[in-house]
Amino acid sequence: MMEPLLDVENLWVKFPSRHGVFDAVRGVSFTLGRERLGIVGESGSGKSMTGRAILRLIRSPGIVEADHIRLEGVDLLKKTEKEMRAVRGQRISMVMQDPKFSLNPVLTIGDQIMESYRLHNSVTKKAAYKKSIEMLVAVSIRDPDRVMRAYPHEMSGGMGQRIMIAMMLIPNPEILIADEPTSALDVSVQRQVLDIMDKLVKERGMGLIFISHDLNLVADFCDRVLIMYAGRVVEVCDADKLHEAKHPYTRGLLNSLPRLDAPRDRLDVLERDPEWSRASSVSGRI
Amino acid sequence: MKMLEVNDLNVWFGMGRDRVDAVLGATFNVEKAESFGLVGESGSGKSTILRALTGLAPHWSGSLSVDGHPIGKKRPKSFFKTVQMVFQDPYASLHPRHSVDQVLGETLQLHGFSDIDNRVVKLLDDVGLGQKFRFRYPHQLSGGQRQRVAIARALAPEPELLLLDEPTSALDVSVQAEILNLLADLREDRGLTYLMVSHDLSVVSHMCDRLAVMKDGALVEVLDVDALRHMKASHPYSQQLLNASI
Repeated sequence: MMEPLLDVENLWVKFPSRHGVFDAVRGVSFTLGRERLGIVGESGSGKSMTGRAILRLIRSPGIVEADHIRLEGVDLLKKTEKEMRAVRGQRISMVMQDPKFSLNPVLTIGDQIMESYRLHNSVTKKAAYKKSIEMLVAVSIRDPDRVMRAYPHEMSGGMGQRIMIAMMLIPNPEILIADEPTSALDVSVQRQVLDIMDKLVKERGMGLIFISHDLNLVADFCDRVLIMYAGRVVEVCDADKLHEAKHPYTRGLLNSLPRLDAPRDRLDVLERDPEWSRASSVSGRI
Repeated sequence: MKMLEVNDLNVWFGMGRDRVDAVLGATFNVEKAESFGLVGESGSGKSTILRALTGLAPHWSGSLSVDGHPIGKKRPKSFFKTVQMVFQDPYASLHPRHSVDQVLGETLQLHGFSDIDNRVVKLLDDVGLGQKFRFRYPHQLSGGQRQRVAIARALAPEPELLLLDEPTSALDVSVQAEILNLLADLREDRGLTYLMVSHDLSVVSHMCDRLAVMKDGALVEVLDVDALRHMKASHPYSQQLLNASI
């Protein structure tokens, strides 16, 4: 069997606090090939922490522990901070949740995209400008010249997020971790952005970790799905079989969605069972 | 009786080569006790209509009237008693250094209520939070709880028209269900009129009776939710939107 791109075994993220150690992620294992892997769960379920832990972006006092996090056979946990910097952005890229906090408010969009491109490639300003416009067009931004001149506060949330995606894809990484990349976008744009990411995964053979709270979207877009609750994986299934999921948590999430074709007076509210968080994690390895 | 009349509304930002026309000739009416939805992609100007209504977008032309009273450039105090807004992001719309009690108390004081203490308690009960949240700060609350506080703040002056700007888009689906149920209950109890902006067609169809589809600043179609459910949108763009959300 081909070596997976990313192999995570028994990942824990811990935060020491005054009331003892808080485990944000508890024993998560999964592998990622050249595929689209979805991680779904509510806020606080540890899905974003899993993404950040892979890039070792958890700051002290947070602790990341794992048997191994291997990127093409090389353990990322054994790398020095300096070696990690060559991994972040270049080999594994991450699109963060909120474009408002990821873009520098006092620099124009153009300056920021060009900076990220020129950091990884030695090219002239002119070539960087051309490439940036190209990327903005690729994420279907109308009027890219105006956007290049604009500041982040002049952009809507959806545009900001597309700019972030353009920035992250310029270095051509092997793995893209997308943390709720489309939650700020509306359905029609969501489709376009997903199509762009889909194309990249297929064409460049990228691996994609798609973190989202939107079950329908993940079911539609990904190949495999991990469902997380309270820091652990409660269920692993093929994305197209998500609607047949067995775990009561997954069922509860599915039922709380309003549906266009099946109107109801009241929506179901999720009833939580403390038993869900006590059981141990399900492995997502193949 | 019309609660809200919007006639040929234009809203723009900036000037010269950077001028952006956010809303172009929007015309629609909202009946009393109706729930009206605005859908469209980001940048289509749906939030801008709400902002122009409340005076947050200063450059507009056309005519707006609420409950029969036309709105001028300067809004009277009675306007803010009738119209209140709930914003998209509960993390950004609450003052981080004000407790829930201060947030609600200040609003009540500004609107000239005297029995503030009782009213704060009642507001918290109405939005399903209860007394124990009264002296908490926003960082001690979850997203759903914050949005409940924001709704309580909007309800404080006892408004008739509530403008909801994507009230659940920052929340988890399970919490979204709670907030949508709360909003539906409040509307029934108080006979409120809602103008709700959302990019999620299924949320709008759950909450609203009628809706308008917006594209590039213009209203392309106004239709009933029943028509929507039966996929009977006539404009090609609404059709496209419908297909994308199923």
